[in-house]
Amino acid sequence: MRGVAALAAGALFGLGLVLSGMTDTTKVQGWLDLFGAWDPTLAFVLGGAILPMAVAWRVAARRRMAVLGGALPARAEAEITPRLAIGSGLFGIGWGLSGLCPGPAMASLGFGGWQGLVFFVAMCAAMIAQPRVTAAFMQAK
Amino acid sequence: MPLDWLWGLVGGLMIGTAAAAFLLLNGRIMGASGLLGGILDGSRKGAARSEAVLFVSGLVGAPLVWHLLRGAAQTNLTSNIAVLIAAGLCVGFGTRLANGCTSGHGVCGMSRLSVRGIVATLLYLAAGAITVVIFRHVLGLV
Repeated sequence: MRGVAALAAGALFGLGLVLSGMTDTTKVQGWLDLFGAWDPTLAFVLGGAILPMAVAWRVAARRRMAVLGGALPARAEAEITPRLAIGSGLFGIGWGLSGLCPGPAMASLGFGGWQGLVFFVAMCAAMIAQPRVTAAFMQAK
Repeated sequence: MPLDWLWGLVGGLMIGTAAAAFLLLNGRIMGASGLLGGILDGSRKGAARSEAVLFVSGLVGAPLVWHLLRGAAQTNLTSNIAVLIAAGLCVGFGTRLANGCTSGHGVCGMSRLSVRGIVATLLYLAAGAITVVIFRHVLGLV
């Protein structure tokens, strides 16, 4: 059951990304382009996505376990770390350059052509390398 | 209200419903970079790993089926291979370092008023907007 729920949630996420236009990089770069032909679609997507989740967090707060068993996520941490700031800045640069973030990069793999594949492979390589690169950097410091 | 905005809202509600289901049914946070990265670097093990694999399968598979049936999906991604590689590296490294992306920090974090989620979202939005200004309006690259 847990596997079916995970598969269905992934499928719904993917279809939502396609229908909302978030797999179209011109719409995402259009949202970030404050000094060009600004496209506000992403605000509707983010707003629409936050609504059901705000309800879900309230429901989760009253429950001790997930419906299909197992623990619910711990309380959110509040500490703003250099890792959070540097990582988010780097992510924003890549997001602006391409118009893709990880969700749409996966959702568009089936129709994104070689361009989407090149982006995805580079993204995966960096995800694999990140823990080692960060550890080496911390050791050198 | 332009049709694109309405579709944005409809798709957004679907994304939020998917995140809500994953949270309440499986007890997991729907963060695209965390799910994929955890599979790739081996930090997700056991049930957490198999559920992440199934989630990613649905995320890749459902839009592919949609595209085969409707054939309308377009990414309009750049064909500049240097930009593609640089962007992919920044997104992959940055989201794992920050422990979240648009879905994890943006959708799941902001909806629970997480300080980290809100700060991360403001930072990547600002970095993205500055990047588009520089690379589109100054350098004309993207």
